[in-house]
Amino acid sequence: MSMFWTIWISVITLGSIIGCYFLLRWCLSNKTGVAEGESMGHEFDGIEEINNPLPKWWTIMFYITIVWGLIYLALYPGLGSWQGLWGWKSSNQNIQSLEESRQARADAAEQGLLVQYDRELDVAAEKFDPIFEAYAQVPIEELANDPEAIKVGQRLFLQNCSQCHGSDARGQNGGFPNLTDDDWLYGGSPAKIKETLIMGRQAAMPAWLDAMGEQGIDEVVAYVLSLSGRDVDQELKQAGKARFAACAACHGMDGKGNQALGAPNLTDNIWLYGGSQRAVTETLTYGRNGVMPSFKKTLGEDKIHVVATYVYSLSN
Amino acid sequence: MKNPHELIEKNVGLLTVLILIAISFGAMVQITPLMFQQQVMEPVKNLRPYTALELEGRDIYIREGCVGCHSQMIRPFRAETERYGHYSVAGESVWEHPFLWGSKRTGPDLARVGGRYSDEWHRVHLRNPRDVVPESNMPGFPWLEENTLTGELTAEKMEVFRGFGVPYTDEDIAGAKAAVQGKTEMQALIAYLQSLGTHLQ
Repeated sequence: MSMFWTIWISVITLGSIIGCYFLLRWCLSNKTGVAEGESMGHEFDGIEEINNPLPKWWTIMFYITIVWGLIYLALYPGLGSWQGLWGWKSSNQNIQSLEESRQARADAAEQGLLVQYDRELDVAAEKFDPIFEAYAQVPIEELANDPEAIKVGQRLFLQNCSQCHGSDARGQNGGFPNLTDDDWLYGGSPAKIKETLIMGRQAAMPAWLDAMGEQGIDEVVAYVLSLSGRDVDQELKQAGKARFAACAACHGMDGKGNQALGAPNLTDNIWLYGGSQRAVTETLTYGRNGVMPSFKKTLGEDKIHVVATYVYSLSN
Repeated sequence: MKNPHELIEKNVGLLTVLILIAISFGAMVQITPLMFQQQVMEPVKNLRPYTALELEGRDIYIREGCVGCHSQMIRPFRAETERYGHYSVAGESVWEHPFLWGSKRTGPDLARVGGRYSDEWHRVHLRNPRDVVPESNMPGFPWLEENTLTGELTAEKMEVFRGFGVPYTDEDIAGAKAAVQGKTEMQALIAYLQSLGTHLQ
């Protein structure tokens, strides 16, 4: 803050406080021309205004607030660029990027400034970092047997994942997979679960309306539904089977999917966007683009390890 | 005069003037200097103005009263930053007119909701929040998908923002209508939400 504004703030603030002090002193002396305890001359319904001095307890409190205000302004950054004797502030505010935020934190630590928010982070890091670091050393298969770790993972899951996958992790219709059924789009090994959490996933089921036409889509839908044992029109099914070569690139000739591409298994009667004829038709007509966001920035790898353990434990 | 205090006690007009002067000291110290601080005028390094579609989405956000239940202000407390991300800084709001910081959180803070969920999640959630979050008490906004934007006023809005110092180029404004026309309000609102808080990098 510039010198001008520092002086501006200091003069008005300190001037107000000193002004309050003199106002109080002035009010303490009797200037009414009426002796203390005498009537001021108003009377209403038998009630008279008496010229009484300011109550003593009130006056003392007023003095205390003045002294308190001056002490506060000496200790805390209230007067322009004055940082206060304690060097305290709530957080590093003058920041233009995350890099500058990290830098400001390091600088404040070096100068021994008391940044309240940084201190909160330090205290938490001291307490929680060793726990997560210890968890990160344990392989997920093993960590899944640790009920404490599972509890921690569940808490993180509820806060960060339940919005899409549900608080019971059973997913939601409309592209949010069930995580408890051991049916995986991108693989259910600990490494794959972790990869999904760290990198995020971007599915790409193309729209087939232009390439296949409505009739073609009806045929393929019939064939796809038959893969999981549904009764369908045999003629449509046969025609659809011929067209399925286009789908096989991702879903495989047998329709069992491909986890490297995130192409779902079409034979297990587990449906990400619904298994009704209408839902499958919609999927084929317009395509689907499911997105799993990356949680690397939000959670960091150590916490992701624990979340992945929780997710792994749900079906293992 | 025997009792100068009586002068104030018996003149309501004078009393009012003196009270206003006394109160203005607070504003002079707290508000005036802030308006001239570099940190509230300088945008964060990666800040970009809202695109035409995002700007329309922001107006829908205002129209539907989202700000009544969602704040856009992450305070520097660990309890908040653990959940929402880095605390909000002044440089992120320099092109906000008016800002939508809000003051009430019936729902979560949205200052950094951008990129947190997929577009599809937002679409399902805005139509009927309980389809994805059964515990939610947020109302559904199904009409957003039915209303289409004409883009008639988009360029004009951007002109107004340019008047406030938001650096829209002539091309931005010329292309505004085409960028918005035919898009649904849902698409606009989602575009706006996905941009929130992504500029502090």
